[in-house]
Amino acid sequence: MAIFVDQNTKVIVQGLTGGQGKYHGLRNQAYGTQVVGGVTPGKGGTDVAIPEGGSIPVFNSVAEAVAATGATASFIAVPPKAASAAILEAAAAGIAFIVCITEGIPAQDEAKVYNTLVRDYPNTRLLGPNCPGIISPGKCNIGITAGEIAQLPTASGPNVGIVSRSGTLTYQALYELKQRGIGVSTCVGIGGDPVPGTNFIDCLREFQADPETHAIIMIGEIGGSAEEEAAEFIKANVTKPMSAYIAGVTAPEGKKMGHAGAITSGGKGTAKGKMDALAAAGVRVGLNPTEAGDLMAEIIKAL
Amino acid sequence: MDLFEYQGKQYFARFDIPVSPGDVAYTVDEAVAAAEMAGYPVVVKAQVQVGGRGKAGGIKLADNADEVRLHAGNIIGMDIKGHLVKRVWVEHASDIKKEYYASYSLDRAAKQHLLMLSAEGGVEIETVAVENPDAIVLLHIDPVDGLSAATARDAAVRAKIDDEAVDGVADMLVKLYRCFTEGDCDLAEINPLILRPDGGVHALDAKVSLDNNAGFRHPEWEEFRATEELDEREQLARTHDLQYIGLDGTVGIIANGAGLAMSTLDVVNQVGGTAANFLDIGGGANADMMAAALGVINFDENVKSIFINIFGGITRGEEVAKGIVEAMGRVELRAPIVIRLDGTNAEEGRAILASAGIPESKLISKPTMLEAARAAVAIANGTN
Repeated sequence: MAIFVDQNTKVIVQGLTGGQGKYHGLRNQAYGTQVVGGVTPGKGGTDVAIPEGGSIPVFNSVAEAVAATGATASFIAVPPKAASAAILEAAAAGIAFIVCITEGIPAQDEAKVYNTLVRDYPNTRLLGPNCPGIISPGKCNIGITAGEIAQLPTASGPNVGIVSRSGTLTYQALYELKQRGIGVSTCVGIGGDPVPGTNFIDCLREFQADPETHAIIMIGEIGGSAEEEAAEFIKANVTKPMSAYIAGVTAPEGKKMGHAGAITSGGKGTAKGKMDALAAAGVRVGLNPTEAGDLMAEIIKAL
Repeated sequence: MDLFEYQGKQYFARFDIPVSPGDVAYTVDEAVAAAEMAGYPVVVKAQVQVGGRGKAGGIKLADNADEVRLHAGNIIGMDIKGHLVKRVWVEHASDIKKEYYASYSLDRAAKQHLLMLSAEGGVEIETVAVENPDAIVLLHIDPVDGLSAATARDAAVRAKIDDEAVDGVADMLVKLYRCFTEGDCDLAEINPLILRPDGGVHALDAKVSLDNNAGFRHPEWEEFRATEELDEREQLARTHDLQYIGLDGTVGIIANGAGLAMSTLDVVNQVGGTAANFLDIGGGANADMMAAALGVINFDENVKSIFINIFGGITRGEEVAKGIVEAMGRVELRAPIVIRLDGTNAEEGRAILASAGIPESKLISKPTMLEAARAAVAIANGTN
């Protein structure tokens, strides 16, 4: 088991013939992910060669790709201008799980896309935008995570689920667990934008229900109230032990810290508030990523 | 990107939101010319992106050219809470019957647009929210549906906007919503939105924050960018496309990824240091990016040590190491580097750094984030 994606997930890459899409799409394929097709309007009928042999067919539209391959997931690696349309095209073609790594989508577009999905495509889940993607180690890797830093889960466990708002801190969390030999069931990067398609709670709910996940690490950052909402959810619904880290304790007020969503204003969205809320929900909160890893090691040992 | 009041008003005008007639002035003579155009009496307003201008003496009424000269002369060059006043906005002084408040922003929790409307304007909305929360109408708007004139009018009535102003305010709300959405604002706020004795309404102030991600479809924002108040370090970083925020501390920081960069600031603070900046060089930490980043850090005279915190995911450790060695050959640094290199191919990277022949007085390598932070802070604080 894993959450959202596993060895049976068939993935198409929207933008497979572009620089990012090709690089990461082929890396995902090399990891063992079933990358069954690519979509680039006007390049249908061509294919992208796999360095180790074989090739991935390219289609003009997501609908064509789905009809030909039976894909249920899409990896979107297109520029910000084209990303909203790409997400909606995938949803309209019946794709159930969309991963969009694109950074820099205007907030107005993102809000519109989110609400369109909720209304018209309730069975489609969007991960991102501006996220590193998702990896179920040994089974499926969609996005830009370097697969080799993810520790494989063991059949008997205990295994840890990871959910994070930041890309590099997602890698850091994977690395901390690998250093300690702790298996990972699934690692989800939900992204740093103001309106993420998938939030902490969506992932926590899945991890709680996933028999292969025994504990959860959550990595948040300043801005918004997603961590506080997650804390409420944890208090009521999550029985699996958790550790957490929140980045941005020292971030100055009113400045966007790299991520479009990482900004505190009017005393809201601070790291302190988030850490307190999580601690009050029974989550063990580390002051840096290593400490969150150490706390998880303690949790695992006690299981 | 936050706009100055005068830019906000110019932006409003594009969406037919009425503002007082006026103009921006960089000199006393320009201020007088603007006043003559606007018609006396006028208000001379300091253009700075900080609250409390009025209390600081940055907003003055003037009945004639001599008074404009006096006030503009005092205000231009004034320091308001660390912000130098480079320009004033001179506009016709309005007769005010009532002051209201209106703003649009994104409610991240609800994932919808949020209208805040109040009949109690002219004061900080945060104060109203605490002292009299019922005086603020909050209306969520689905971005797919947008805002209809009927809904806007209903909100105005619910907010207890005076009867004679309801139609005018509703019209303003629709126009301001267009400005917020089509104009790609993170925030569009009017405080105060005034009712005049003649029954008309218009925006007496403008607070506009633009979404930088939408810049590609707004070539007209170029003029706003030209006046953005960045310090020299931030200007330099921008020319190299680096995500940089200047701070006041002594440890210069370079990290790959926004989350890791934020985390680096935190760890430096945790072990007793202060960060000089936030700098995210992104995923591809090649030699050019590293050289540019080091150049920006090097420009900062407060920097006593440089903490490079790299986690190799896609970026490979040996590439980062080569980048640093090459960059150090190009830039003569004012402070030593402490590097923590971890993740993919970190050992190869550390080996490259070790064999590059750089003395330990210039480059120290530490295996973990915490140890590196301690070393960088010890150097910066002079306790090593």
